[in-house]
Amino acid sequence: MSDQAYNFAYLDEQTKRMIRRAILKGIAVPGYQVPFASREMPMPYGWGTGGVQVTAACLVPEDQLKVIDQGADDTTNAVSIRAFFQRVAGVAVTGATAEATLIQTRHRIPEVPLRAGQILVYQVPIPEPLRFLEPRESETRKMHELEEYGLMHVKLYEDIARHGAIATSYAYPVKVEGRYVMDPSPIPKFDNPKLAGCAAIQLFGAGREQRIYALPPFCDVVSLDFEDHPFVASKADHDCDLCGAGDSYLDEVIVDDAGGRMFVCSDTDFCASRHAAGQRGRLAPLTEGGL
Amino acid sequence: MYVAVKGGERAIGNAHAFLAEERRGDPGVAELSVAQIREQLRLAVNRVMAEGSLYDPDLAALAIKQARGDLIEAVFLIRAYRTTLPRFGGSVPVETGQMAVVRRVSATFKDLPGGQVLGPTFDYTHRLLDFKLAAEGEVPVAPMALASGGPVPHVMAMLDRDGLIEQEPQGAAVPPDLTREPLEMPAGRPLRLQALARGDEGFVLSMAYSTQRGYGRTHAFVGELRIGAVAVEMEIPELGFAVEIGEIELTECETVNQFKGSKTEPAQFTRGYGLVLGQSERKAIAMSLVDRALRWEELGEDFTGAPAQDAEFVLYHCDNIQATGFLEHIKLPHYVDFQAELELVRRLRAEALGQAEAAE
Repeated sequence: MSDQAYNFAYLDEQTKRMIRRAILKGIAVPGYQVPFASREMPMPYGWGTGGVQVTAACLVPEDQLKVIDQGADDTTNAVSIRAFFQRVAGVAVTGATAEATLIQTRHRIPEVPLRAGQILVYQVPIPEPLRFLEPRESETRKMHELEEYGLMHVKLYEDIARHGAIATSYAYPVKVEGRYVMDPSPIPKFDNPKLAGCAAIQLFGAGREQRIYALPPFCDVVSLDFEDHPFVASKADHDCDLCGAGDSYLDEVIVDDAGGRMFVCSDTDFCASRHAAGQRGRLAPLTEGGL
Repeated sequence: MYVAVKGGERAIGNAHAFLAEERRGDPGVAELSVAQIREQLRLAVNRVMAEGSLYDPDLAALAIKQARGDLIEAVFLIRAYRTTLPRFGGSVPVETGQMAVVRRVSATFKDLPGGQVLGPTFDYTHRLLDFKLAAEGEVPVAPMALASGGPVPHVMAMLDRDGLIEQEPQGAAVPPDLTREPLEMPAGRPLRLQALARGDEGFVLSMAYSTQRGYGRTHAFVGELRIGAVAVEMEIPELGFAVEIGEIELTECETVNQFKGSKTEPAQFTRGYGLVLGQSERKAIAMSLVDRALRWEELGEDFTGAPAQDAEFVLYHCDNIQATGFLEHIKLPHYVDFQAELELVRRLRAEALGQAEAAE
């Protein structure tokens, strides 16, 4: 059921072409932030307008679209963005990571490895990894041009000096193909290793900041660290209480007002698939269809 | 017991229904029509048109109604609609010197060709609540006079003739457009003016006010403020000449700023410029002050570190749709990031407490 008043996937073809040019440039220069003339979308800046524009420019009618927010298909904004593309593009939607041809995500990378032919679109709030070290865009662009990343290393070093560890737990900066330092969007650093060597195309869209960047398939992506303080992808030290997974990223859910907590997979499709396959966690509901 | 959360779709649907009901308010009270908003809340309509960058009073009034009077939300509706419109081309520059003025005042000359025309202004009203408006009643007809019909030349042109004000060279034939090209620094004056013209009135006002209080002071006089209708003309390629395609209301403010001269320029007056869709006087004056403050570099003045002198600061933060979106997005779920922070803080605390215990 597509809304006939709008072009396929909402944006007009000229705008899509402009965005596709930016995407191609981004893929050609991995990790480089390509300025693009971001359009005002019918959802607010901060709600994923960059990701929505990249998705709109990539969608074809045969696509199977999956939208996740915090790893879940059913969070309100994921529901809203999915409904938007159902309305303006009429594409098929799915919750299954393996079936999807295009996945738009906010803050997570799915647990199941992506395959060739898939596109993962990230929503990015602040694309500039150096922004909180240097607020001026004119300066940070120069720093990237000159590959002048000393400030970032000093910041990481100061973290270690002060806290004994690098005190960045999400949006952990990476270096792409030995050249550009890149912000992987606010994914937990647990997800950082999945950025590297990924078979799918990874596209990053920042609407308000008017930037697109990309990782082509099988790209070399290294989380910044020091030899004596190597990068560690950390997560809550628990198994999923619903499906029992020990290797997935977990959300902590407060279940009562006496400090009771449970830990569940943030990737709802991953959790439900394991549940369907008979895997059970510590607190899994006994009845069928609990997920 | 927690099971995976479902039901986002139903929650959204119900929230929208609730919103629609709240928008209507008490059904016992007559509904506002779009025409009522357009005619009786015209300054709100003007602000929405200016910051929405779309001159259409009916659509702006509709947006205000839909937004329940939240003007930034209304601006957002207009901007989102504007994006979907095809672009046929650019108009030729509007001739504000030919404006049919309803208001025109100069603070620098007591009298001047074209005269001082107060027009529909709040300036000399006493701000006493008019309880008569609470009751319905007809407004007495305002006295009318015929327009003089004479020319109303720009004050700046008179100063220009005497060489007292800086020369403003002709700009590029086609100005840049930040709605089509990404905003990149350094931004030239036309691009800065475009950003300010659609910038948030409150932000531009506060920036201008800060210059008056000493943060990048520019000693501004309102050389001229004029409000009125101008013709919009467009070159039609098939015809080979410009034809009038409509008329819009504009507010234009030109400030005359003291300038003692610099290393490169002799003493003379300098200009600040504001141009806003509709009657938006406060915004036009504020814009001209901020424009002037941002020109420190080309005039060879010192950068004093004032926010209003800092083009990156002003231009990247003046857009209320960008600002409100990013500000309000922090209410969206962030539990993945927060979980990562929780783990980090717990680990750092465990290490610190462990070290403290070992030391005891």
